[in-house]
Amino acid sequence: MTSGSRNIQQISSATIILVIAISVAWLSYTRQPAEAFLFPRLISIVFLVLSIWNFARAALGLARVGEGVDTTSAMHITPGLVVMAVYVFWLANFLGFYVASILTFFTLLTLYDTGNRKQFSNWVTRALITVFFMAIIYGLFNYVLKVQLPRGLLI
Amino acid sequence: MEFLGYFSHVFEPISLLLLVGGTIGGLILGATPGLSPTMAVALLIPFTFHLQPSQGLILLGAAYTSTVAGGAVSAILLKIPGAPANIATALDGNEMAKKGEGAKALHLAFMSSAVGGIIGVLLLIFLTPTLAKWALAFGPSHLFWIAILGVTVIGTLDSQSFVKGLLSGCIGLWLSMIGYDDIQGAERFIFTDALTGGINIIAALIGLFAIPQVLDMMSKGRSLSSMGAIEVQRQSLTASFKEMISNMRALSIGTVVGSIIGLIPGVGGQIAGLVAYDQARKFSPDKDKFGTGHPEGVIAAESANNAMVGPSLVPLLTLSIPGSPTAAVLLGGLLIHGIFPGSDLFKNHAAVAWTFIDSMLIGQVLMVIFGIYIANLAAKIAQVPRSVLAAGVFILAVFGAYSVQQSMGDVRVMIVLGVAMYFLEKFGFTAAPLVLGLILGPIAESNFLQGSLIAGAQDGAAVYFLTGTLNLFLIALVLASVGYAFWSTLMAKRQADKSEKTGKA
Repeated sequence: MTSGSRNIQQISSATIILVIAISVAWLSYTRQPAEAFLFPRLISIVFLVLSIWNFARAALGLARVGEGVDTTSAMHITPGLVVMAVYVFWLANFLGFYVASILTFFTLLTLYDTGNRKQFSNWVTRALITVFFMAIIYGLFNYVLKVQLPRGLLI
Repeated sequence: MEFLGYFSHVFEPISLLLLVGGTIGGLILGATPGLSPTMAVALLIPFTFHLQPSQGLILLGAAYTSTVAGGAVSAILLKIPGAPANIATALDGNEMAKKGEGAKALHLAFMSSAVGGIIGVLLLIFLTPTLAKWALAFGPSHLFWIAILGVTVIGTLDSQSFVKGLLSGCIGLWLSMIGYDDIQGAERFIFTDALTGGINIIAALIGLFAIPQVLDMMSKGRSLSSMGAIEVQRQSLTASFKEMISNMRALSIGTVVGSIIGLIPGVGGQIAGLVAYDQARKFSPDKDKFGTGHPEGVIAAESANNAMVGPSLVPLLTLSIPGSPTAAVLLGGLLIHGIFPGSDLFKNHAAVAWTFIDSMLIGQVLMVIFGIYIANLAAKIAQVPRSVLAAGVFILAVFGAYSVQQSMGDVRVMIVLGVAMYFLEKFGFTAAPLVLGLILGPIAESNFLQGSLIAGAQDGAAVYFLTGTLNLFLIALVLASVGYAFWSTLMAKRQADKSEKTGKA
């Protein structure tokens, strides 16, 4: 990654933190009752001062800690993030926790497995790993911990 | 000698089973690169929810101890430290394995881990009650400053940038305020229904420690295949034991350095292993052999990283200030069982506290026994492809977060915090101070409000919070931790500039 794009990323992250700090301070000083926001007011001042300091360092190109996110890594994690989000925000409720988990586990495994996707045996291996792992999870949570997980269309 | 009376609790069937299971599981998790001790303990917390407090803590304590030691397996056989605490172990351990001395390196690693670990736990046994009695003198203002000290110390020492470390702590403190205020019942920073009950600590711990590691594994794409481990030949245990005894200097240096570093809040095992390795090399007549497969290097590093474990719990159990990121997660484990560390711990929960500490002592012995015999198996498991680990840890994190309160809201909060933490880490922010802020926030706030009420009836808040010997001492510690971090950042910058200039010249 070039130092220019690293600086831009540092400034962007510092800006987001600064916006959060300003919002926290603004909400702490405008919301009522004041007694409930006594501690938030105290902390928000420290938060704001540190955020300004952090932003100033980033803007002046002095922020050296943190390598930022390179394009290759971002490209690699994006499909995984999408699968995670679909699973947690929609699929688990729609299909049920276990079926959604099986599909998610298998999809993540397929996305990041190094095995050749054209070989049928690799698909069988991945399916077997998924069944084995999810059987353990099912046994552990359903029978040992007795946790009732949300059910959807299936289980 | 009160601790002697609670050993029988550890030998109750379920407790012993958890201790053995936690030790074996911890060794395997520790040996697996990419799974840190902190993440392992965070993932285990939901399981302790269904156990009695002492049993839950036995499981967490065993996992904490053995994951640190288990990291030596992959450090020695794969040259990939299982945890940051094992970085120094890989330097000589892997060279020994390459020379066909893998079994000897593993024996030395586990035996010296046990020696360091036992001495560390003995320190915990003898220092904790004394400090806890001392903590009885603390009032709300002192407890407020101690909570702030916890956040600043770990924020400044655990982070490469002290501004970002402190900012991480502030973010954690802010997150701790989300939800309904305890006294007024007022809504604070609730942006969605999932946040009405505030942020669940366990879901947050799992998200902050597990999800960034999952994303980190994913960021490597499909390029990472499993790693090849060096095969281990048989080796006499007696010969390894004699070798360890003949290297008493390295063992002593490792144990002393680890114990001292463990007592300093926020420093952690990585520093303990590296400092002990460096000191052992300085005091050794065979300095040149370090890095070429010298047993002293393995002994010093491993005795130090396990000697750190016991003392890291001293500030946690007495003052609620964790000595390491894993201890911070353990604090979460204590709080979900309604156990608040501090002066009352050994008065109100003596059985839980002493059973936990005693189990850590027995856990050290079990760790050597199982460590030596399952090292080969652990090395094989450590070669599990990253794709399986990433998918498995993610699903386990989701199920774990859900099982605490049976809430999908917690799972969503866990994912959002985890993904945010992954990106924050890429910009130099760290999870440990954020977690500390989240855990210590309510303690700081309740003592701040209690102190404000007392101050209102006396001479005012400034006098109550800013005067008195203990208050001034604690404020000085807060300022010293920030000042020290500022100074070391400045020194590191000067050093970097100097190296840059020398490079250009």
